[in-house]
Amino acid sequence: MKMFRLAATSAAFLLSLAVAAQAQTTLRIGLAEDPDILDPSMARTYVGRIVFSAFCDKLFDIDEKLNIVPQLALSSETDDDGKGLVIKLRPGVKFHDGEPFDAEAAKFSLERHLTFPGSFRKPELASVDHIEVVDPLTIKLVLKSPFSPLLAQLTDRAGMMMSPKAAKEAGDKFGLRPVCAGPYKFVERVQQDRIVFEKFADYWNKDNVFIDRIVFQPIVDATVRLANLKSGGLDLIERVLATDLKEVRADSRLKVATAIELGYQGITLNIGKDKAKGPLSQSAKVRQALDLAIDREAINQVVFNGEFQPGNQWVNPDHPYYQKSLPVRGRNVDKAKALLKEVGVTPPVSVDFLVPKGAETETPAQVIQSMAAEAGFDMKIRVTEFATGLKQAEAGDYQAYMLGWSGRVDPDGNSYVFLRSNAPQNYSAWNNAQADKALDDARLVTDPAKRKAIYETLAKLVQDEEPLLYLYHRRIIIAHTTKLEGYKQMPDGLVRVIGLKLK
Amino acid sequence: MLNFLARRLAQIVPTLFFVSVLIFSLQQLLPGDPALVMAGEERDPAVIEQIRHQYRLDQPVPVQYAYWIKGVLAGDFGESLRNKMPVRELIAQKLPVTLQLGLMAIVIAFLIGIPAGIVAAVKKGSAWDYGANLFALWGISTPNFWLGIMLIFLFSIELGWLPASGYVPLTENWRASLAATVMPAFVLGNAISAILMRHTRSAMLQVLESDYVRTARAKGLSERSVILKHAMRNALTPIITLGALELGTLLSGAVLTEQIFSIPGFGKLIVDAVFNRDYAVVQGVVLVTATVYITLNLVADIAYILVNPRLRG
Repeated sequence: MKMFRLAATSAAFLLSLAVAAQAQTTLRIGLAEDPDILDPSMARTYVGRIVFSAFCDKLFDIDEKLNIVPQLALSSETDDDGKGLVIKLRPGVKFHDGEPFDAEAAKFSLERHLTFPGSFRKPELASVDHIEVVDPLTIKLVLKSPFSPLLAQLTDRAGMMMSPKAAKEAGDKFGLRPVCAGPYKFVERVQQDRIVFEKFADYWNKDNVFIDRIVFQPIVDATVRLANLKSGGLDLIERVLATDLKEVRADSRLKVATAIELGYQGITLNIGKDKAKGPLSQSAKVRQALDLAIDREAINQVVFNGEFQPGNQWVNPDHPYYQKSLPVRGRNVDKAKALLKEVGVTPPVSVDFLVPKGAETETPAQVIQSMAAEAGFDMKIRVTEFATGLKQAEAGDYQAYMLGWSGRVDPDGNSYVFLRSNAPQNYSAWNNAQADKALDDARLVTDPAKRKAIYETLAKLVQDEEPLLYLYHRRIIIAHTTKLEGYKQMPDGLVRVIGLKLK
Repeated sequence: MLNFLARRLAQIVPTLFFVSVLIFSLQQLLPGDPALVMAGEERDPAVIEQIRHQYRLDQPVPVQYAYWIKGVLAGDFGESLRNKMPVRELIAQKLPVTLQLGLMAIVIAFLIGIPAGIVAAVKKGSAWDYGANLFALWGISTPNFWLGIMLIFLFSIELGWLPASGYVPLTENWRASLAATVMPAFVLGNAISAILMRHTRSAMLQVLESDYVRTARAKGLSERSVILKHAMRNALTPIITLGALELGTLLSGAVLTEQIFSIPGFGKLIVDAVFNRDYAVVQGVVLVTATVYITLNLVADIAYILVNPRLRG
């Protein structure tokens, strides 16, 4: 009896601790990581971009079909020679501190991105020579040379507008109290705990903002994130594991929203910097053999429950720039063996396989290892913590490197820096004049059909030379409670809050 | 007493200096380039070069150390590479959280471990003893992350009594704060209570066989008074020291538990900082942890002397 009373008392105590119901509507979003600095010029993480979309509007945005649509801009026009971009701005827009958004403010923001010490937007806007104020609501970006991906850059952080007054006052501390022109304004941030925003009363599109507050909470463990959603501690979580999807779908109180990512997952093969000069770096046929040994659909089925999308290019098969003339090749072990024989390599071909730590990389790497073994490759998996692996890849201390890319709206953002010779992220050290020309040409042309034709040349070259084996595209999986209405997933993975309602 | 204190305080200075040099040089051995990590996906060489310059990463290590230690002596621990927050502010934000969690865990550990240890010793060889030992074995061998997730499933998802994770400051809402920390504190306290139980049991067994306890019994004192007033007091002295040291360990050792329950404490701060190669934060946190640990040790020594007059020289 005594034991029972003790249990009852403690249960009552625990119950009394439960948090009281909230008076105003608050959308609680669970993030997979703690974002970095909330300064559009200096931010550099994917998770940070999710937070930005709640409070920092951009000149342009994308829609579900990846079309570029105006946000703080009204329209844009490119000069005939491709060296000028005139942007008309939305009138009557205010920053969170009440300052007006006009041509001067837009010019200030873009110039800050271009010149602020430590700005990561500099390379994205490198084609811009200077910015002119045409009239109070029109600016002109004067370019050094034509650069067709520019408009797409302005749909991301490079297009985010900051209050000049606040930015000048705060200097490099702007990210601690950011002031933008988005639907919500910054309230407070406790590192690794929460970032709080409240509705901005003077937002230009305020009729479509229905929730009073948004709280972002970083919860690193995917199981715990899901547990919070199920227990009602959160309303929406990002990066649900593909392997948890079944459980989420079975829960009638939860809803799933998904889209295939703009990025890709693949294996970079060291061509130009391989110190050991192994067969993989010395012969394109050996690289093709490795490619032929891999069954992409099987990886997708075995590791990701069939939720991801197998691919072989830097954009996914549903993307407007995907080259349908070059579909995913099926697995062909005999052909792979024949290729190795043709080159005169005696199996097993030993490969130093650098794999970043984490279940989503290690497991597929093991599957690839056993697939490649059947064709005569001995993939020696070397699991390495991410920062260390990146440094080794830069130095060329690897032969195959499992590395993904989160993806950008324009195909240039998925290809140029990885495939252009001497580009910063060309870890393969692939050097091909034809490919370089295609990459450069694609930047000069704005007509989508012409650009696609140029990229086709590049895709063929990449398929023959194999500096990078594109494997699959992950599914962005967002889960939310049925209390949240109106949620739509965009392919960039960001959580857009306009139009959302909480029952 | 004063002599002793002065001697101990004089020892702290070189110890902390040694710790500071050690932290600084050890983390230089970490592979990976902080500027590269900081750049994230935006790995433009010009920008990375600029970061190196801005944070003096391009200067020799001793020069970097000199700049850092100069700042520390003036109370400035530098700023986080990742988010520009002053390290001092980050520490001020996290220390109370970890202290609250640590203290709650210790209280839970004492509440469970000591009574269990006493009962096990007094009823040696009985079912109580075996039960307590079984409990201790379970406490020591249950992984924190497993117990944590199980508790979340039971109390948050199934019963819906407690929030699954997160933290609310005590000053903001003490009920919500306790609700958010009671599960992680139990997970941490559970493991420590097992250790405390084992130590209490053996200390009690030793004391119960000593002469003065036999004398007390011979005087005709009740068993209750013998155990609680005479035996327990003496047996507890080493246990309290052990508890103080465990509290010190909790300051930096609650990493896994903090991660599971998303408690924004010291452990999470340092782990994230190491993975992000956020040197200034790692240095600051380790230095503060070392200082607190040394201080706790000193306090324990002083308490020992106060409690035990035989040690006053």
